Amino acid sequence: MQKQLLLGVEAIAQGAIDSGISGVYAYPGTPSTEITEYIQNSKEAIARNVHRAWAANEKTAMESALGMSYAGKRALVCMKHVGMNVAADCFMNAAITGANGGMVVTAADDPSMHSSQNEQDSRVYGKFALVPTLEPSNQQEAYEMTRYGFALSETVGSPVLMRITTRLAHSRSGVETHDGLAENHLHLPEDKRQFVLLPAIARKRYKLLLDKQADFIKASEQSPFNQYIDGSDKSLGIIACGITYNYLLENFDGGCIYPVVKVSQYPLPRKMIKRLLRECKQILVLEEGYPVVEEMLKGYPGKENIMGRLDGTLPRDGELNPDLVGKALCFQTREGAPVPEIVMPRPPALCTGCSHRDVYKALNEVIATYGEGRVFSDIGCYTLGALPPFQAINSCVDMGASITMAKGACDAGLFPTVAVIGDSTFTHSGMTGLLDAVNEKTPITVIISDNESISMTGGQESSALGKIESICQGIGVEPEHIRVLMPVPKNHDELCRIIREELEYKGVSVIIPRRVCIQKAARDAKKSKK
Amino acid sequence: MKTDIILAGVGGQGILSIAAALGSAALTNNLYMKQAETHGMSQRGGDVQSYMRISDQPIYSDLIAKGTADIILSVEPMEALRYLPYLREGGYVVTNATPFINIPNYPDVDQLMNTLKALPHQVIIDADSIAKEAAGNVRASNFVMLGAASPFIEIPFEYLEEGIRAIFSRKGEEIVEMNLKALRAGREFAQNY
Repeated sequence: MQKQLLLGVEAIAQGAIDSGISGVYAYPGTPSTEITEYIQNSKEAIARNVHRAWAANEKTAMESALGMSYAGKRALVCMKHVGMNVAADCFMNAAITGANGGMVVTAADDPSMHSSQNEQDSRVYGKFALVPTLEPSNQQEAYEMTRYGFALSETVGSPVLMRITTRLAHSRSGVETHDGLAENHLHLPEDKRQFVLLPAIARKRYKLLLDKQADFIKASEQSPFNQYIDGSDKSLGIIACGITYNYLLENFDGGCIYPVVKVSQYPLPRKMIKRLLRECKQILVLEEGYPVVEEMLKGYPGKENIMGRLDGTLPRDGELNPDLVGKALCFQTREGAPVPEIVMPRPPALCTGCSHRDVYKALNEVIATYGEGRVFSDIGCYTLGALPPFQAINSCVDMGASITMAKGACDAGLFPTVAVIGDSTFTHSGMTGLLDAVNEKTPITVIISDNESISMTGGQESSALGKIESICQGIGVEPEHIRVLMPVPKNHDELCRIIREELEYKGVSVIIPRRVCIQKAARDAKKSKK
Repeated sequence: MKTDIILAGVGGQGILSIAAALGSAALTNNLYMKQAETHGMSQRGGDVQSYMRISDQPIYSDLIAKGTADIILSVEPMEALRYLPYLREGGYVVTNATPFINIPNYPDVDQLMNTLKALPHQVIIDADSIAKEAAGNVRASNFVMLGAASPFIEIPFEYLEEGIRAIFSRKGEEIVEMNLKALRAGREFAQNY
C-alpha cells in the first residue's frame, strides 16, 4: 500500500492502470484532460505499452474503446461532459451491445461552467443508456471506484459510466493505492453476433439490457459506496450524491444528526431510498448538476416534502458548496468582509504574442467594411476573441459549428460569412461541415487559425498537425483558395489582403494563418534546454 | 490543528508550486490535506485561486466555506482582496506587493495599498526584491510568500522545508537551497513585520 498526492482525475488514471487497462481513449477537455496525461506519463503504462495516444474526437475515442472491449481487453474512455454529446451515438449503442472486456467511460461535468459552454449532467446519459453509473465523493473513492467500475463492467457485461465534477477532478488529496491487476488476454465475445446491432439482434440485446436493470439496482444496493447512515433526528432525511456528501459533513461537527443516504452508484439503491422516505418527514436532495434524483422522487404531481433545487431550497443552477448546503439546512453561515469596490474583474485573455491576436486584428479591420455580425467561431483559445479588445466573433456553440453555422447563415442570404476555427477543432468536427460547403459550393471563408496544438487544455498534440492543407484539398477545396501565411505583425497587411480577396470569392476558401502557440513554444524551448 | 488557506494570483504566476510544497509537507507528515485548483480557460491571464486545507483530522469539503479561511496568501495585491469574504475574523492576509497589471482598469496602486494596509491583520511583502536579495533569483518569490505566511500556518516550519526539498530534489541541491533561502527570508520578514 502506497500513499500518493493525486488530483481526482489522477486517482482515476492510477485506478485504471491498476485495473489492468490495455488502453485509454480520449480527446482533451477541461476538467478531464489530466486523466489521459497521467497515463501518458506513467512509467508503468509506458512499460506495458498501454494505448494512450489522443483520439481525433470523443466519438472515435469511444468507438475504439468499444473495439478494445470487443477484443476482450479493458479500456478507459475519458472526456468532458459535452464530449458525451459527440460520443453519444456510440455510447447509447454500446449499452445494447454490452461490453466484453471491462469498459469504463469517465465524463467530467463542469457545473458553474468554469471552462465550458453548458453544465449538462452526465448522470442523465447514464439513465438514458440504462447503464450503471458511478459518482465518487472523494479522491480515494475515485481510485477505488475506477477499479470497482472495471470489475462491475465485466461482471454485468455492460459499459459503466463514471461521472465526476470539476471540484473532484481538480482537487488533490492523499490516495492509498494497492497492487494492480494483470491485463486481460485477447478473447473474443462468445456470441460472435453480440455486437451486430441488426434490428433482430438489437431487439434481443435490448431486452437483455432491460432484464439486467434489476441486477444493476441490486449492485447499487450492495455497493460499498452507497450507504445508509442513520441519524437521531428523523424530521429530515438527506440524500447526498457524489461530492455533496462532503459539503454536508462539513456543516456538522461529529456527524450529521439526520439520516443520510450517501449515493455514489446508480441506479438509485431502492431499498435505502424507500427506507429514508418511510422514516423521515422531509427529504432534502443534494446533487451537483441537474435535479435528477429530486425530480425522480418528487414525481409529476410534485410531492411537497421533497426539497432541493426545484423548490428553491438550493439554487437551480451552478455548483454547490458548503455555504449553500449550510443554508439549505437553515444553519447560520458565516461571511467575511465584502470585496472592496476597487477590485476589478480579471477575465481570461489571449496571451501576449498569441497568433490568434494577429488573426483577429486583421479580420476586424477587413470585416468592418462589410458590417458586423458575420463571424462564426468555435471552441478553443480563440473563443476569447469574443471579449474585449477584439469582440470579433458572433458565435461559439459546439465543436465544429463555426463552419456549418457560417454555411447556414450564408444559405439564408448573409454574405460574406466567416468561420474561425482552430486546427484541432477542425479535425475534431470541422471537416465534415467543410465537405457540405464544398459539395454545395457555398461561398464561405473558413479561417483555420493553426497554432499547431490543442492549447486551451495545455498544449496536447493536435491530430491536425501537418495535415490541414491536404485534408482541405482532399475534401475538394480548390488549391488556389487554400491560403497559408504566418500571422505576425509584419504580415498584417498581407493577411488583410488575403482575407479581403477570399471574402469576395464566390466559393469555399480556406485561410490558414499558422504560427505555433507561444505557450507551447516556451514549453518546448524549456524541454530542449534540459 | 487545522489551517485553511486561499491561495490567489493570476493565471501563469505559479501559485500551484506553493500548493505543491504545502501538499508534500502535509503528506509526508501524515496530515490530511485537500487542495482544489483552477485549470482550463481561467488560466489564461485571469484570476486563479486554490483552496488549500491541512488538518490532523479528516477533511470533507474540497472548498473552503465563506468566513472561515485562516489565511489568504496572494502573489498579487488586488487578488488578495478578491477573496476577503472567505477570510475568518482574525484571519491573515499575506500578499506580494507587486501588482500584475494586465487589465486596462486596474485600480490606482496607492489606493490599493492603502486598502490593504487598512486590513486588521496583514503582511504586505515585496517578495520579488526579497527573493532577489536573499536567494539571488526573483523566481523564488513564491517561496518568499510561503515563508511570510508560515508563522500563521499551524504546521512546523521544518515540514515546509521538507516540502520544498521534496518537490525540488530532482532539480539539484542548488535549486533546493535557493528556494529554502527564499522561504526563510520570507518568514523572517513576517516575524519582524
